[in-house]
Amino acid sequence: MTKPEFVYVTYIRTTPEKLWQALTDAEFTRQYWMNCTLRSDWKVGSKMTMERDGKVMNECTVTQSEPPYRLAFDWLSVFDDEMRKEKPSRVSYLIEPHGDIVKLTVTHQNFAEGSATLPSISFGWPMVLASLKSYLETGQALPPDLSARTSCEAA
Amino acid sequence: MDDVFKALADASRRDLLDRLHARNGQSLSELCDGLAMTRQAVTKHLSILEAANLVATVKHGREKLHYLNPVPIHQIGERWIKKFERGRMAALSELKRKLEERDD
Repeated sequence: MTKPEFVYVTYIRTTPEKLWQALTDAEFTRQYWMNCTLRSDWKVGSKMTMERDGKVMNECTVTQSEPPYRLAFDWLSVFDDEMRKEKPSRVSYLIEPHGDIVKLTVTHQNFAEGSATLPSISFGWPMVLASLKSYLETGQALPPDLSARTSCEAA
Repeated sequence: MDDVFKALADASRRDLLDRLHARNGQSLSELCDGLAMTRQAVTKHLSILEAANLVATVKHGREKLHYLNPVPIHQIGERWIKKFERGRMAALSELKRKLEERDD
């Protein structure tokens, strides 16, 4: 495994169980993931799809699932012909309790050489994670960024 | 949020963030390379940045790698920037950048 291209961290006032649910429950994900819905049974080897307006944007495969602490999946963007041909990249979540808050580390790595998916990832994740934190702590997600056409495609 | 502003209120620390922005995932030695700061000073600045969650670290083999973590900066933006202002702000930033560009 090459060194990760991106590492994102956010601290959320919640429990590992609630965070796990927010990351894996289709209805939850739609609330904060810029109108994107993530669907899977989250078992190792299972498919996970990320869809918006009924259209599948990313096709993923679950590679690790240890609720409520570790989750990983291979990510393939399929909304773009160039990206569809790339080898999948790998997303990992690490959930660590720190007293009454939880540290979520998101690592995204193993991008193909000259990946077209990579540049679009870099602004998508901070947006999604800031929204997730807001949703879990206040019950309000951040509004989807309408100017960011790729928010769902990117991450 | 105080931590974030305190961490950003120092030119050396902003410089370190710029270096990570240019190339993400660097070791301490790589970050020290070419800097007029002692290794100890860089270590101290990095720990302040990490405490403010502006830098995230991961172990990769035997190395500890540092990553720019823009999530808190995004949260600051969301607090004061309204959804519909973003397009205009991006246009203004781009205009400023273009006008201030040097003719190399």
